[in-house]
Amino acid sequence: MAQELSKTIGLPKAKKPENELRGGRDFSALFWVLMVGILLILIGLPMYWLVFRSFSLPNEGGFTLKNYANVFSNPRYLEAVKNSLLLATGAAVLSVGIGVPMAWAVARTNMPLRGLMRILLLVAFTTPPFLGGVAWVLLAGPNSGELNKWFISLTGAEKGPFNVYSLVGAIFVVGIYSYPYTFLMVSSALDFVSSELEDAATVLGAGTFRTTFRITLPLVLPSIISGFLLSFLEALSLFGSPTLLLIPARTSIITTEMWQSFQYPANVEQASAFALPLLVLTGFLLWVQRRLLAKRNYTTLTGKGGQKRPIDLGLWKWAFLGFCVFVLMLSLGLPFFILLRASLSKAWGRPFEFTNATLQWYDDVLFKEPTTALSIQNSLLYSAGAATLAMILGIAIAYIVNRQLIRGWRILSFIVLIPLVIPGIVIAIGIFSAYSHPPFALYGTGAILIVAYTTRFLPMSFSNSNDIFKSVNPELELAARNLGSTQLATVRRITVPLVKRGLVGGWLLVFILAMRELSCAILLYSTNTQVMPTVLFEMVNEGSFERVAALGVVMLAIIFLVVGLAYRLLGRDFMLDKRT
Amino acid sequence: MATITIDNLTKVYGTHAAVNHINLKVNDGEFISLLGPSGCGKTTTLRMLAGFISPDDGRILVDEKVVSSAQKTIPPEKRNMSMIFQSYAIWPHKTVFENVAFGLQLRKVSKEDLRRRVSRALDVVKLGKMADRYPSQLSGGQQQRVALARAVVIEPQILLMDEPLSNLDASLREEMRVELRRLHDEIGITTVYVTHDQSEALVTSDRVVVMYDGSIQQAGSPEEIYERPSTEFVARFIGRCNTLPGTLSANGQVDVSGLHIAANSRAEGVGPGHDVILSVRPHSIVMDADPARAEYPNSFAGKVQTQVYLGEYRDYIVRLDNSDLELTVVTQPTAHYSVGDVVYLTLPPEACRVVPRSSRIKAELEQIVTAMTSES
Repeated sequence: MAQELSKTIGLPKAKKPENELRGGRDFSALFWVLMVGILLILIGLPMYWLVFRSFSLPNEGGFTLKNYANVFSNPRYLEAVKNSLLLATGAAVLSVGIGVPMAWAVARTNMPLRGLMRILLLVAFTTPPFLGGVAWVLLAGPNSGELNKWFISLTGAEKGPFNVYSLVGAIFVVGIYSYPYTFLMVSSALDFVSSELEDAATVLGAGTFRTTFRITLPLVLPSIISGFLLSFLEALSLFGSPTLLLIPARTSIITTEMWQSFQYPANVEQASAFALPLLVLTGFLLWVQRRLLAKRNYTTLTGKGGQKRPIDLGLWKWAFLGFCVFVLMLSLGLPFFILLRASLSKAWGRPFEFTNATLQWYDDVLFKEPTTALSIQNSLLYSAGAATLAMILGIAIAYIVNRQLIRGWRILSFIVLIPLVIPGIVIAIGIFSAYSHPPFALYGTGAILIVAYTTRFLPMSFSNSNDIFKSVNPELELAARNLGSTQLATVRRITVPLVKRGLVGGWLLVFILAMRELSCAILLYSTNTQVMPTVLFEMVNEGSFERVAALGVVMLAIIFLVVGLAYRLLGRDFMLDKRT
Repeated sequence: MATITIDNLTKVYGTHAAVNHINLKVNDGEFISLLGPSGCGKTTTLRMLAGFISPDDGRILVDEKVVSSAQKTIPPEKRNMSMIFQSYAIWPHKTVFENVAFGLQLRKVSKEDLRRRVSRALDVVKLGKMADRYPSQLSGGQQQRVALARAVVIEPQILLMDEPLSNLDASLREEMRVELRRLHDEIGITTVYVTHDQSEALVTSDRVVVMYDGSIQQAGSPEEIYERPSTEFVARFIGRCNTLPGTLSANGQVDVSGLHIAANSRAEGVGPGHDVILSVRPHSIVMDADPARAEYPNSFAGKVQTQVYLGEYRDYIVRLDNSDLELTVVTQPTAHYSVGDVVYLTLPPEACRVVPRSSRIKAELEQIVTAMTSES
């Protein structure tokens, strides 16, 4: 029979030994164990140190509850908590107020330029909020802000009405960069609502707006609340732009307080004790959000199969378009304009004319000043490093979870998502404690930043890979296994190539997030490991806004380039993973 | 090249035995199929053969070598078996050529050799001209052939197929099952074929293994399975069948609610006094309007209840007089009776077979069988 087979396939009988499987040992199991080990260290170590130091006496060690007592009694901290909650609530209300009408108009109506609005919104979403904050200082600073100047020249008043250095100012700036959360949540829920559900109401005599308020919006209410909670969380853990705007206003917030505990004389223990209650709160909110989304089932019942017809808004469509354009002007148009202008002006406060124009600042930040040039290089390097590590780990863990390779895979899928609930600056506190002494003495090196980014963005790389693996039929892998490929080789040669596009998208996503990450880096950088966000933060404190603008424009250019790439690769949904 | 011995093989999920102590021997070069409704354990058995699942008890031997046991399972990549999957599992990111070449690459076959063997395998499945295409450019039948070429090119000891034709449309399925048999005759690999489609199993296999609820009901040639079923399940599952519950009397007749019916053939393990099933195929029953027929042995009078014309044949349901027995009868399309006509049925004793009555819940069985028969 072997001969018959040989005849058919054309293999000389003598060559039979070639048919034996060769290759060394199968290291698959070892690899999975290694990946799980790294995951546990990466997330467990900072968590352990955070808790440990929160119960330690500064500089002495030993068990104490003093740090916690201080957090709950010191009026300064209580004030910070109050302000943080105000800021977060205000920003979340603004986020819903802007995000819901925009999502409805873009997803459900015949408003013109809907596709363009989606793209611009994605651009707004990827803009680092800190740069937005800088731009709004230039626009609405109390004296020299551009909008105030316009106002004065128009009305002849002595003083402009805008002051961005205030809690209201901070709420505004944080809000106009967090509404994309609400938008993304709500618009993707609206995509699942079939027109038939609305038609059923219309048939019964309800008008367009009544149907919208009584049927459509209640259907997507869980995602609206979800958008609110995400914006709230984001504002609560944001460091950069609130600090920029609120320190001059002498208004303290939680993240700023934590950062200041790290200034001389550093009190890491106190910061840790402050961080843990915050962590409990964020964890709870995120849990609520997930619960809400998990219950969303009733909107998806009809599935994507349901017909969708855009609602005809009549003349109202221009009003909605106007609203969208206005919002995008606030979060994109004006800030970009002012940054670009400042970066090209000799002095940003003077009118923009030919004698004031210069490319000197770009020359400075790109070539002349070693700090900024180095920071660009570092940012690219660390972000790429973190994206690569996070993806390798994320792919491995997602694979283990999806194919249920080891016992306890369910717990694994929970552990890997823990960093989601940890504000960046809190992760930084834990990482600082965990990696500032042997066996992982990384403090002061670039490695600590890479580790920090990897830890922080692991949930994103995991969810990205997880979704992708879910879409791959396991039989494609079994087929390779049974032709002689080991488990690991199968992942490498079959699974990963199959989902390459999606994984590259995940890599780019983590890369962008790491490029703009300030809150984590601010506690971990040193002179030689500056990254773009930390340099920007320092330069703002020095007051050199032209350089800030130039470096900011460079940073935006890099980010948008990457976003464009990801967009071409994956379409508009790729940012959805970010925090859902 | 290889024989397979399945010895007391068991796989338990939770408290349910998906495969329940089965024993089977597959001869060298034999084509056997595992046939049964979904959930019968056939796919689990196949995956244990492939090494994707480890047994909880029992062993699998290939030739003399243990490849699976509760203690140790040789991983699939070390078994030199090939499997064809229900979804074909053709890798969409590789061309036809690359798909087929994959297994040979892993075996570090030299370049020229690889090229020659792959193109030869593609010629065998008539895809020689498609080598550079991607799977998305192929039809379902062509993808199926790629899977076939990919599986045989490595010259496996054993070829496993998991419902390979179930995603094809009906006419292509008929064509492919003949093709599969032809290919097997040509290369003669020991083959285990899993299907829920009885005609597929009958056409392709040397032996059919009917499985139900984790155990083997019967293993035998297609003729044996069809003509001499050994359990009620097999009788009902393979082809259409009248199954009449009764008691076997000492004289060899079956007492079916008062009617005494003689049967010449008996499954193993049934004896006088047992609760049994008398099975008789609808097309074996002779139907006649002539009262003289009532004199033949095993003949009964009845009334036509329904009549359906199906072109190639007619389907009748006849209710026997003085009982509530209803029999399905298949006749030539030319034999025409109307509803209400009095007819005489002969159940030839040589066409009647006695099998043990299933202890399983009747309703469940009925449901499965109805679902299966309406599907095929």
